[in-house]
Amino acid sequence: MMTLYTADHEWLRIDGDVATIGVTDYAQSQLGDVVFVELPKVGRTLKKAEAAAVVESVKAASDVYAPISGEVLEINNDLAGEPALVNSDAAGKAWFFKVKIADKSELNGLMDEAAYQKHIA
Amino acid sequence: MPAVEVSPSPPPLKQTPLHALHLARGGKMVPFAGHDMPVQYGTGVLREHLHTRSSAGLFDVSHMGQIRLLPKSGRIEDAARALEALVPQDILALAPGRQRYAQFTNEAGGILDDLMVANFGDHLFLVVNAACKADDETLLTEHLSDVCTVEPLRDRALLALQGPKACSVLAKYDATISAMKFMDAGPRRLAGLDCFVARSGYTGEDGFEISVPAEAAEGFASELLADAAVMPIGLGARDSLRLEAGLCLYGHDLDGATTPVEAALEWSIQKSRRKGGARPGGFPGADEILKQLDHGAPRRRLGLKPEGRAPVREGARLFADATSSEAIGRVTSGGFAPSLSAPVAMGYLPASHAAPDTVVFAEVRGQRLSLRVAPMPFVPNTYKR
Repeated sequence: MMTLYTADHEWLRIDGDVATIGVTDYAQSQLGDVVFVELPKVGRTLKKAEAAAVVESVKAASDVYAPISGEVLEINNDLAGEPALVNSDAAGKAWFFKVKIADKSELNGLMDEAAYQKHIA
Repeated sequence: MPAVEVSPSPPPLKQTPLHALHLARGGKMVPFAGHDMPVQYGTGVLREHLHTRSSAGLFDVSHMGQIRLLPKSGRIEDAARALEALVPQDILALAPGRQRYAQFTNEAGGILDDLMVANFGDHLFLVVNAACKADDETLLTEHLSDVCTVEPLRDRALLALQGPKACSVLAKYDATISAMKFMDAGPRRLAGLDCFVARSGYTGEDGFEISVPAEAAEGFASELLADAAVMPIGLGARDSLRLEAGLCLYGHDLDGATTPVEAALEWSIQKSRRKGGARPGGFPGADEILKQLDHGAPRRRLGLKPEGRAPVREGARLFADATSSEAIGRVTSGGFAPSLSAPVAMGYLPASHAAPDTVVFAEVRGQRLSLRVAPMPFVPNTYKR
């Protein structure tokens, strides 16, 4: 399994043709206390760069854009009851959704861990 | 998600006398009403909010305008009578040492700004909104200069200490603070400084607003923050606290096209300025406002509780049902209420939809979410009456 990152502070964990997607610890630190997460419906086909989810802090709502295209296979229902998971475990328990990767070439433009660390430095 | 926005530099932002302290305390600075202000500190909005409700929070509100009205005759009633020409409140009956909430109105009855007016014995002391203060100073100078000297106090900072422990913290400096009641206001000497203290605030909590000389503000604020009960609080929690308390934010819940009656602020208009009172009318927009006091306004500011978990924020359009295409109102403030762990909002709806528990729908990201009309404040206030 490898983990890739977008410039917009999302992570993608790639397992075969399935990508699990969430936001980075850096993103949650910028957002502040997360109080609500809206996820896409299972079965929805996402196009790369379209608004796929929404994260709301006390103060504001932020869109999360689909980092790649593909059908939504599964969403993390734990976030509905416990949105603060995004603050406590952004890279782990607070995954947002899984997609079936439609076009593997879309992964080419993403960053690896080292490049992402440089991006936020 | 979008990259963190960097605010454009021009025009240069003003700094309050506490600016260095905000930076030293890890304040995340944002532009607000022309000032570089902390939206939160390291602990975040949620903890700042809850700390204010359970202990005491210190707010820098130095961006607000402080204005003194000195009667040229030396008689306070002359200043009071003159100010009554600009606000629908009874200022003549405001006793020395007392403060009152007021609004400057326009000819249509809309609100130009909302403010606090205190009687300091030989003069009136006003606190106005930061974004409106230049216009307010012009308004006061144009209308009151014959009777009063209008003196903006630019060399003073303004702090708010709010929460259940605010009184014990402040009473260390002056024991008479404890005897003050909600909306008592007057000069006090605290830590050797000439302060003006009012027992009031913008959180729904017991607390104080303290005007201090600018050059001593940082030292005084640091002393207050040295008390373990006190935490610095940014604009983020200031907004969520006032929303829970059902209090209006000018430019959002109030504006020049909204009357005090529409805004559900009738309680702030005393009998003496109404029909049949001692001095009915005589303020801008009196015809419309007095008419609405008798017959009601076509729309009204109301509390709204979303039935789901999603916050419904400012600007969301409100509909009578899940499918109708015509909006009947709009949310003017909305977000998450940390004390309730639930979303709350306020907005304007037609009188036909103003009854408690009426269900309306807000459009959020293309979906219709149901909300119920609810009484405000959302969190009971704890004023020391």
